[in-house]
Order: sequence, then C-alpha cells, then structure tokens
Amino acid sequence: MIRPYGVQFMQGNEACVYGAIDAGARFYGGYPITPSSEIAELSAELLPQVDGIFLQMEDEIGSIATIIGASAAGKKSYTATSGPGFSLMQENLGMAVYAEVPIVLINIQRNGPSTALATRPAQGDVMQSRWGTHGDHPIIVLSPASVQECYDLTVRAFNLSEKYRIPVILLGDEVIGHMRESLIIPELDELKIINRKTPSAPAEGFKPYTPGEDDIPAIPPYGTDHIVHISSSCHDESGYSHNAPQTADKLVRRLHRKIENNKTDIVQVEWFGPDDAEVTLIAYGVVSRAAKQAVIDAQKEGLSVNLLRLITQWPFADEQVREALKKAKAVIVPELNLGQVVLEVERTNSFKTPVFPLSRIDGEIILPSQIVERIKEVLK
Amino acid sequence: MAVRRYQDYLDKNRLPHMWCPGCGDGIILRAYTEALVELDLAPKEVVTVTGIGCWGKADDYLTTQAFHGTHGRALAFATGIKLANPDLHVVTLMGDGDAVTIGGNHFIHAARRNIDLTAIVTNNYNYGMTGGQYSATTPLESKTTTSPKGTPEPGFNVCLLAEAAGANFVARTTAYHATALKNLIKDAITHKGFSLVEVISPCPTYFGRFNGNSSAVNMFNWLKDSAVPISKYGKMTAEEQAERFAVGTLVKKERPDFYTTYRRIHRASQQPKGGE
Ligand SMILES: Cc1ncc(C[n+]2csc(CCOP(=O)(O)OP(=O)(O)O)c2C)c(N)n1
Ligand code: SF4
Repeated sequence: MIRPYGVQFMQGNEACVYGAIDAGARFYGGYPITPSSEIAELSAELLPQVDGIFLQMEDEIGSIATIIGASAAGKKSYTATSGPGFSLMQENLGMAVYAEVPIVLINIQRNGPSTALATRPAQGDVMQSRWGTHGDHPIIVLSPASVQECYDLTVRAFNLSEKYRIPVILLGDEVIGHMRESLIIPELDELKIINRKTPSAPAEGFKPYTPGEDDIPAIPPYGTDHIVHISSSCHDESGYSHNAPQTADKLVRRLHRKIENNKTDIVQVEWFGPDDAEVTLIAYGVVSRAAKQAVIDAQKEGLSVNLLRLITQWPFADEQVREALKKAKAVIVPELNLGQVVLEVERTNSFKTPVFPLSRIDGEIILPSQIVERIKEVLK
Repeated sequence: MAVRRYQDYLDKNRLPHMWCPGCGDGIILRAYTEALVELDLAPKEVVTVTGIGCWGKADDYLTTQAFHGTHGRALAFATGIKLANPDLHVVTLMGDGDAVTIGGNHFIHAARRNIDLTAIVTNNYNYGMTGGQYSATTPLESKTTTSPKGTPEPGFNVCLLAEAAGANFVARTTAYHATALKNLIKDAITHKGFSLVEVISPCPTYFGRFNGNSSAVNMFNWLKDSAVPISKYGKMTAEEQAERFAVGTLVKKERPDFYTTYRRIHRASQQPKGGE
C-alpha cells in the first residue's frame, strides 16, 4: 500500500479508512449502505495490501458480529454503516460493551427514520448511539466536523477503544463523509497509537476479566497460552457465566466507572469566538461548521456570540456545557434533528439559562444565516 | 505431556450441568470432547463458539477458549475469529433455532463462503431454552407451545440446506449413536472448509412430551429406529423414507475454503507487473 502523508485532498469517508489502517486496523466486516459505502470500497482495496481482511457480510447483524470475533482474536476491527444498518447492529453493540471487546463502528448518518431520504444528511442518531442497545451501558461516541477530523478521530476512536476496551462509534454525517477538502496526514511515527494491554498474570488459573486498578481488564486474544472465555451472559472475572445478583451489579457498575472516571481523557470540545459572549451556540458535526460562520457573521452585526463544539458526543461534556450555561445569557443548540443534544443541555442546566433548539429535518443543512436569525430572535 | 482425557476439556467445578434428564446435549458434549482428545488438540488451540439456548450453554462446562455470543450469530462471530487467526480450530455449537432459524442467513452464507470451521448443530426440533416453541426444523403439524394444534409450517432439512449452500462436509447422526457422532465430529474438524454435523437429539421435556414421547427411553428408541445409513436410505421407497432420515457422511467436497481463495487472489494481484 502506498501510504499518503503530508497535505492531501480527499473525501471524509476515505480519510476514515486511512485513519483506521494507520491506527492498526486489519479487519473490516460490513454491508454497503449510502452514504458510507466509500469506506467499504476503499477498505476492500487497501486492507489486502496490508495483509488485512475485508469481508462483505450478508447483513449488518453479521457485520458487527464478525468484527467482534476478529477483535477477540486479536485484529483491530471496524465496520461502517448508516441509519438502517446501525439499527440492525444494536444488539451486538451491547454484546461488545458487555464483553469488553474493542471495535470501531463508523455511522455516517443519513435522514430518517426508516429509509427516508437515503442520500441526505441528518443527526438523528445521537440518542440511538447513546441508548440504542438495551440495558444500562456506557459508550464512547466521537463526532467529526471536517475531513481532517475523519482521519484524526478514527485514529482516536481506535485508541480509546483499545485503551478502555469498549466499542467506539464515529458518528459522522452525509456531508462530512462525502465532502472533499484538504487534510494533513502525519508521518506514521508521529502518530500516537494505543494497543490494548496484555496480561502479566500467568496462564495457569488465569481470569481474563480481572480488572486492573483502572477498572480495565487485560484480556489477551485467542491463540495464546492464556485461555479466554468471552460471554454475552452475566459473567464473573473468569469470563464464565455467573448469575448472582452481586456479580451482575458489580460488572455493570465497573463498566460505567471505567468510562466515567476518565472523562477528562475522553471528552474533547472546541471553543470558538470570544470568551464572554452573550449567546453560546452548542453544535457538532456538519452543523458546527455553519455555527462557526454564524459566530463570525453575528460579530459583524455587533452581536456577541461564541461556539462550544462537541467533539466527543458521549460521554456528554457536562462540565464544559455547564460552564457555557453559567456564562451565557442564552444558549442555542442547532442540530439536524428535532432536538436531541438540546435535551442533554437542558439536563445539565442548573442555572435557569434559557436554552433554545434550532431544528432542521428536511435533509438540508442548517445555514449560518438561519443561526444568525435565531440569535436575533433569542436576543429580542 | 500426559495424554489428555475428555475430562480435561470439562471443568468439573462447573458441573453438574443444567440439562434435563434424558436430554441429548450431555452425550453430544462428551462426543465433542472425546473428538478433541483423539485429534490431540489442546484446549488453547480450540475456540468453541456457542449460541443461545440449552445447547448454547455448553461453553459453561468447557475448558477450551470460548465465545458465548448472541442468539443466532455464532457463525458470524466464528467467521471473524477464524479469519483473524486461521491457526485456531473454531467449532460452533448451535441449536436448530440458532443455526437455521434466527441464524439461517449466517448459516447459508458461512457455508457458501466455505469458511474453514465446524458447526455442530443439535436439532431437537424445537426451542428448548424458551419452553418448547416451534423452530424452522419442527416437522409439519407437530405440537409445540406455540403450535398447540400442530404447526402449519414444514421444517427445513438442515443437511440439504447446507449442501445446497455449498458446505464442504455435511454429516448427520443422532445422540443415540455416540461413537459415530464422535467420529463424524473428528472428520468435520479435520476437513477443510465449512463442515456441518447435524445431531438429531431428544428434548423429552418439550418436543417429546407434546408429541407422545415424554419418556427419554422412547425417544432414544425412536432415534435408533429412524436413523438409516445413507447407503441403505437411498434404496428405500419414498414412503419408507418419509418416516426416517439418512445418517452418515452425506457430502464431502474439496472446494477451496474462503481464506485460501482470498489469499490466492490478493497474492496474484500483488505480483510485480512485467513488461515495459
Ligand atoms: C434475539 C433473541 N431472540 C430471542 C431470544 C430468546 N431465545 C433464547 S434461546 C432461544 C431458542 C433456542 O432454541 P435452539 O437454538 O433450538 O436451542 P435449544 O434451546 O433447543 O438447545 C430463544 C428464542 C434471544 N435470546 N435472543
Ligand atoms: S428443555 Fe429440552 S433441550 Fe433443553 S435441557 Fe431440557 S431436554 Fe434438553
């Protein structure tokens, strides 16, 4: 494979594939769906060149299952999909959380529900990415807003997934996936790559799910001297099923703790515009680009506005959002759905700061001018 | 190292098992572990991938590497495991619900792709785990808890399905024929490509009870009388065949498995090009 580096010009979906391979991914299992298919196509071309496996599965249930299997056997693995396929993946997404198998799932969001406007952008899967699989569970979701971030956050998705042994969802959208712009791909040795930890305990009597002090277990891949037992059923530290109430409680609380206690490592945001603005926009993905422009345009009209861009979508940036709510006179949350992140903003709002949604669900993007209009309305 | 015994593949601290008296699952588990002994495969070289169901509980007792996934998806998990590390021996244990009902799509595609793994499908003609509902192998007009008057659906022939989809090795036997079962499992594991062993097995608790066979002894007698070696079965009239099923090795082909083909295609494309 001829690895591109330095300044490049490409599509967001393509940047995801280069990010995945640079992060060490060597296994893709997926089922084609617009607007994510370019990820499958480029993976099919490149993975065999780095001794990896590309597998087009029979459906998305099998796609996520096969990458979970491949990861358990030691290959960093990923899949890519969009709305309908993402829905089909939900059951096994929970299996990967519960059994602590690292995988990366790229969801290039399209308009929904159901087949809807298959080729148009949306941000309707924010809550599904958090709560789509059944039962209490943590999750990590990252939200790219540029082609550069498609590359960077795919690398980061693998790093977080390996470090915390949890599925990481890269939640893009049709515009970010399909647009072309320039990005800088670093030299391989400039990249920070994290690999899952390996056990120091001997093979004899080994219990793969024994957590370290960081609440993260060191589970080796199949094929070493250590016997690994992975289970979707309630399991104790041996990995074998164990149905005692205290085992069930202990496991799910640990799974949450390993993420909650590391929010400073996991949560990333970007502030844009003046520090003490009257109005704060909270946005992510394609909409955050319009929001940036709106901050600039509003300033020209003498309005004081800034932007808090959520790069990590989940776990939610409570602390940063609270800071925004504390400082601003009003907060506006523009998003391509009927109001999903705005609910989280309201949940963290202990300051009675007025919070306003700005929704668009017709398959078109939110324009900077619409945001500026909304700012004026709010300030009236 | 001392010769392994079948007990070495079972964790005695986790016994007794959860299966009902008269269930076929324990016999099949023993045959599987005996096959591993005779093939001299260490527990660490084998990944047992189970589904969800009574038979899907088998990993609870095994000392091999194991993956207990979601209902119907064992073959999809197993495909990833095998392709990520082709040195591993991957064996999936599935009920008829897992294999050909909820998981039917993965079953035909794993066979078509000819992934080099083994499927031991316990066919007890119903969903044991959830209380005896009908599955895609329940024979027409059989009574189950969701077909109290008899199911209006005919059942799949699991072996024919695998053969039509392209499996390299297809065999059928019953829980009554324990030695034949062990030998067929050995053949299946050693045969490259997708290998299926269908094991007709009694579920006296549900399928037997609802269909006039609540005694395990009767069910085992029924297995003994219904199973006909393939050579003999072929010579029977359609009427005789209707009450019976063929056992033995039904298909044995040498079609290259997925991984071999994948590597061949990509190696060929990476050869440096000659010419100007
Ligand atoms: C997605 C999903 N649907 C339904 C179930 C409930 N369920 C558990 S086991 C089972 C059927 C098991 O039947 P089979 O595979 O034939 O195995 P057996 O119990 O007969 O050995 C069902 C329906 C489930 N666990 N997951
Ligand atoms: S319910 Fe049927 S299949 Fe399940 S353990 Fe009992 S006899 Fe076996």
